Amino acid sequence: MNTIPLEFYLILSAILFSIGTVGVLTRRNAIVVFMSIELMLNSVNLTFVSFSAFLGDVAGQIFVFFIMAIAAGEATIGLAIVLALFRQKQTVYVDEANSLKW
Amino acid sequence: MLEEIVFWFFALMIIGSALVVVLSRNMIYSVFALLFTFFGVAGIYVLLSADFLAVTQIMIYIGGILVLLIFGVMLTSKITGVDVKSGQTGKVQMFFAGIISLFIIVLLFYIAVSTNWNRVESTAYEVNSTIEIIGKQLLTNYLLAFESASVLLLIAIIGAALIARRK
Repeated sequence: MNTIPLEFYLILSAILFSIGTVGVLTRRNAIVVFMSIELMLNSVNLTFVSFSAFLGDVAGQIFVFFIMAIAAGEATIGLAIVLALFRQKQTVYVDEANSLKW
Repeated sequence: MLEEIVFWFFALMIIGSALVVVLSRNMIYSVFALLFTFFGVAGIYVLLSADFLAVTQIMIYIGGILVLLIFGVMLTSKITGVDVKSGQTGKVQMFFAGIISLFIIVLLFYIAVSTNWNRVESTAYEVNSTIEIIGKQLLTNYLLAFESASVLLLIAIIGAALIARRK
């Protein structure tokens, strides 16, 4: 069915996942950290879909559908928290948000 | 042959734009590079004959999450100054992050190449569209998860409105 072997898809998503890891670990801006988390979620989705296609089982695609729903909720809540943080402290840098109470 | 060209095109697009997302100093560039990453992933879904998910990817990620992120960038940058920079990174941080992600990538490479994936040759859903199968599965086997996802999204809407509201 597919002339590209499964390993290529897996390696592509591995590369995408580690790029996202670098972003989460190095960036200070909370919104860029969000974008990196979206990259990592996308790479996991890519793995699910490639296994689903190569194993002939549609369950992987249904999982990806639910992951997308969770990612939408996560982005909404996360950005709301970032906006609340910005309104309180005039910053979106994650290392300056170091107090539990203000 | 054509399939390989399409795969490499989308793979290079994904990796290049993901690097721009992570390494760019300007947040606007990061957001627009993320657009290309999402498009590339949707293209790979089409290549894997997951048409429903490709459309869903474009609708949810590009139409929803990306617009939300652009709003976030616009609302949190200073209005008076043009401060859309996303902050400097320490050398030590970059070093350790590089080590950790290198470890992850080597591990995943090793797993992907060395494992004998127990795959079948012909796929079970080799049909024109996966929409019908996914729809039937969602309303029979995965009904509880489907309904709880809708409740979760409702909670997320209410919670986001409550948190981001002006006091």
